[in-house]
Amino acid sequence: MSPAAGYNFGFLDEYAKKEIRRATLKAVAIPGYQVPYSSREMPMGRGFGTGGLQLTLALIGAGETLKVIDQGSDDSVNAVNLRSFIEMTCPGIDTTTSVDEADLIQSRHRIPEKPLREDQLLVLQVPYPDPLVIVEPSEDKRKVQHGEADYSRLLVKLYEDLVHFGEITISHRYPTRINDHYVIDPSPIPRWDVPKIHQSKALILLGAGREKKIYAVPPYCKAEPLAFDDVPFRVEDFCDEQGVRRACTRCGCTTSFLDEFVDSTCGEKIYQCSDSDWCDEVMGEQS
Amino acid sequence: MRKILEVEGLSKVYGSGCPECFRLTGPDMDTNICPRCGSVVAAHDLTFDLFEGEILGIIGESGSGKSTAVKCLYFDQPPSSGRALFHDQGEQHDLFQINRAKQRQLANHRFGMVYQNPHLGLNFGISAGGNIAERLLMSGARHYSDIRLRARTLLERTEVLGERMDELPKNFSGGMQQRVQIAKALAIEPPLLFLDEITTGLDLSVQAAILDLILEIQQELNTSMIVVTHDLGVIRLLAGRTMVMKYGRIIESGLTDQILEDPQHAYTQRLVASSL
Repeated sequence: MSPAAGYNFGFLDEYAKKEIRRATLKAVAIPGYQVPYSSREMPMGRGFGTGGLQLTLALIGAGETLKVIDQGSDDSVNAVNLRSFIEMTCPGIDTTTSVDEADLIQSRHRIPEKPLREDQLLVLQVPYPDPLVIVEPSEDKRKVQHGEADYSRLLVKLYEDLVHFGEITISHRYPTRINDHYVIDPSPIPRWDVPKIHQSKALILLGAGREKKIYAVPPYCKAEPLAFDDVPFRVEDFCDEQGVRRACTRCGCTTSFLDEFVDSTCGEKIYQCSDSDWCDEVMGEQS
Repeated sequence: MRKILEVEGLSKVYGSGCPECFRLTGPDMDTNICPRCGSVVAAHDLTFDLFEGEILGIIGESGSGKSTAVKCLYFDQPPSSGRALFHDQGEQHDLFQINRAKQRQLANHRFGMVYQNPHLGLNFGISAGGNIAERLLMSGARHYSDIRLRARTLLERTEVLGERMDELPKNFSGGMQQRVQIAKALAIEPPLLFLDEITTGLDLSVQAAILDLILEIQQELNTSMIVVTHDLGVIRLLAGRTMVMKYGRIIESGLTDQILEDPQHAYTQRLVASSL
């Protein structure tokens, strides 16, 4: 689709892009604050990553390189379709599956294993931007709570988890306090990825298309998962019954986030790196 | 004795209000609804002081504005006009001038409130211990085992079995719910406690136990309290000083004994006579 076909570069018109960039600037200036924006209609359903997509379209320019990830993989349906849509509407950009080569990474549910650099930008797709939604149904009240940094009710949720289950049961979307004030929903990334937000070298932008919110974690910004002094936050350990750290069956890596699935031939549980680019790179180093 | 709270000219009007509201309502007019504009004058020109360790009773019939006064002081509702000074740890807070965040901080750290209906004071979706934890977390506690221990101690102090601390309050009887609410209000040992009709709707023996508990706490922690009730028995037992309210105005105030033995205002006389 060229401009001649009636579509602007990046599908969105220039005013829409300008608005998103302005919201993004505000989000960077107030770390963790959810900036409302208009969230245009996209040629895909809301909830399929339109928030992240609009950020990417507003920020990418010709000559830049894009990587799109869905659950750690570059080849799953969501990633492939988003990538081809962006390629189609942004002539002149390059795409890649390698973290190193990418200028802009749009992701769903994962942050790459490889540490990002200062010149890179991570865009995360967010279904539910407000972490308080589980404890407070009224948005008016939530806004006041955010303004006053009153997150006691989220902590009560953690308390109740500890009482009933002996540990905090939040597996993903772990509420994280940014720069000592706003608590964000860091999108459905696993706990494993939460520490990567803390003092990240790359700018992290989070876009919720359906909920019409943009927020950000600027580079080198403090990000603390909510926890108690005597019950610290912990990530997945991936240990088997004997307490031995499981390894990826494909590349043998023992330091990555693993996906568990059942082998269709032998019926056994097997584990593989969730980040496919990381897995390929580790394999490449071995051969 | 040291003053802890000074209230001056506190008024609350529901509705648009007009310049004639205060003149056309009150006990003399026998209404609290302004005939000109239809606004409800829930409270007008309440002025009183509260001293350290003192229990002040507010008595009056339904709709006399006694709960409104307490709700304004606890920031549940903004007053229409008036001033309230809270003296605390050498500092003086002008309650209705400070901003919302500061108000919330005071309500969380220095005030306690027990409502008539436990549904207002407790979160029924979380355990009894969780309710107390909420209050501790609001005031900045972040140590899980300390919070557990404190919640258990408080519940046991208010005679709720420690083993039941992880149960939902909806499984408790009305009296126990009220005890959990008191434990929650006391969690941070506030210097000022508001009690709004706390024994209404409970049976007599439970009422007596709750009132005993309040008195014990007052003696133990030297907490100042404002007790709102329509029950003369509660006033007689708890309050050292009492204010009688009708149609939003204070019509009589003084030592409780004096008011009960020698009521001056016709309404108070009727009130005392009807209860005997």
